[in-house]
Amino acid sequence: MKQLTVAGKVLTLLFAAVFLVACSSKDTKDDSAAADAAAAEAAARSAAERAALEDAAMAEQRLQDAVAAVGNVFYFDYDSSTLKPQAQAALDAHIELLRTNDRSVRLEGHTDERGTREYNMALGERRANTVRDYMVVNGIASYRIETVSYGEEQPIAYGSGEANWSQNRRVELK
Amino acid sequence: MKHLTAVLVATVVALATLSARAELVIEITQGMDNPTAIAVVPFAWQGGGTAPEDVAQVIDNDLARSGQFDPVGRGDMLARPSTQQEVFYRDWRAINTEYVLIGRASVTGQVQMRIEYELFDVNRQARVLSGYEEGHVNEARMLAHRVADEVYETLTGIPGAFATRLLYVSVTRNPAGKDFYRLTLSDSDGARPIVLLESREPIMAPSWSPDGKHIAYVSFETSRPAIYRQELASGARVQLTNFRGLNGAPAWSPDGNSMAMVLSKDGNPDIYLMDLRTRELTQLTRHYAIDTEPTWMPDGRSILFTSDRGGRPQIYRYDLRTGATERLTYEGSYNARARVAQDGRNLVMVHQAGGQFHIALQDLVTNRLQILTSTDLDESPSIAPNGSMVLYGTKSGDRGILAAVSVDGGVKFRLPAREGDVREPAWSPYMSR
Repeated sequence: MKQLTVAGKVLTLLFAAVFLVACSSKDTKDDSAAADAAAAEAAARSAAERAALEDAAMAEQRLQDAVAAVGNVFYFDYDSSTLKPQAQAALDAHIELLRTNDRSVRLEGHTDERGTREYNMALGERRANTVRDYMVVNGIASYRIETVSYGEEQPIAYGSGEANWSQNRRVELK
Repeated sequence: MKHLTAVLVATVVALATLSARAELVIEITQGMDNPTAIAVVPFAWQGGGTAPEDVAQVIDNDLARSGQFDPVGRGDMLARPSTQQEVFYRDWRAINTEYVLIGRASVTGQVQMRIEYELFDVNRQARVLSGYEEGHVNEARMLAHRVADEVYETLTGIPGAFATRLLYVSVTRNPAGKDFYRLTLSDSDGARPIVLLESREPIMAPSWSPDGKHIAYVSFETSRPAIYRQELASGARVQLTNFRGLNGAPAWSPDGNSMAMVLSKDGNPDIYLMDLRTRELTQLTRHYAIDTEPTWMPDGRSILFTSDRGGRPQIYRYDLRTGATERLTYEGSYNARARVAQDGRNLVMVHQAGGQFHIALQDLVTNRLQILTSTDLDESPSIAPNGSMVLYGTKSGDRGILAAVSVDGGVKFRLPAREGDVREPAWSPYMSR
């Protein structure tokens, strides 16, 4: 999806450049020398833009690789909605990437099965809000972030015991 | 509109094909020490063909499930009377039976069923109850439950709650993708399950209107939680809320006119009251802590809720007239999701002790706390309308099952589903006929 967006932008700019060339040649058909110069200038400009866009695409690819490396799930301690250092570092990679685009994200808060379902709905919301607040403080506009709590309703691991529970106490960024 | 039709068709298909899956199986695990010996003699069938339902078996199972009765096996009966003239007390004294229930069932006008019954006290050699129930033949099981209610009340002094219904949520795991969530309606014994709603997104918090004609629940079908109200007879439903954040735990007021709920639209979870006629909202609690799980005192004058405003979740009472809030629970570090019996005295809740989550009962007069269950991860208690039993969700292995315990802790049974996980039982109020 991300690559497509970048490719789309490149294409749009290329079309715009061609359109500009076409227009300018029409307007200056009496002066072919000036037209040639303008066309050359436009071509040079589009080549420079293309190079810049390619650089940007590569930079974005690096950010995406960083995000892929940290994953999109941030884990929490029992009955806690405090962001752990590891989760914070992972979130920083996402924030870097989100600064380069205008994408909206959805933060889904989850808990383990201990405690009542409605209390866990509230706890899942607290976790999603913690992540949202961290993103907002770091420059991501709040209107780009939707938070939803699923409480304990959608576990990753169905069994009991800490090995399963620790996988379920999480916020997923989508 | 086209979309809506498609959804309706899908739901109907779900009703036809999936109802059997959600069916509950009853396993009695603990009864009273000295249950009353009663013989429920097979009822005489006075219609054509075979009887549509083994009425006596339904009654027998109801009484056994209460834990207060020990029904005589049919193979041990020396006689099978169906009229008073055929009852000889020596036949029942010989097998130490204290009470004998006999009856006759017939169908008139194709669809109208009539069940006549008589209850005899073997020691006093006297008929202590007689009566009849009538209704549509499709409701044969419900008629049998009503007979069981009458017998139960005659012998225990407490109204029976067999002719009631249950709502529960079941989940079928789908390793290849999203799970299947279902909201199911069944008889109080788990029979005749009907899937009311099926979704790939979570369904939560089913609850009953006080007249038993409407239900409310939370569904994530729009990818966010929202509260819905549904009429059982027509299936017509209305989305009541669609706020940002939590839309949860709907709880009908005893007069049926308003609904308490949890909303976090203003930043964090608080208790709100919705007037169901005007849809007007009133915010009841206003605290930065988690306030959730509202439930009504039977007199409708106050609402109990869970709050961690003291650091850990405890039960609080909000007085609707004065707006005053008082803490009700002090024993243990986790007390949540209260439900109060119709007597306004027995409060049941989830209570953490020794790291495990049990169902506990607190007497609101003496404030004495009694832990009723010994399993772990017990949750979502729901009290029978006669106050005798508490139905709750628990875990067996890695499966969610329903279980029940009497309010004195003496009687226990389990209701696992034939397939999948079951949770969040909601016991109906008494159903109007």
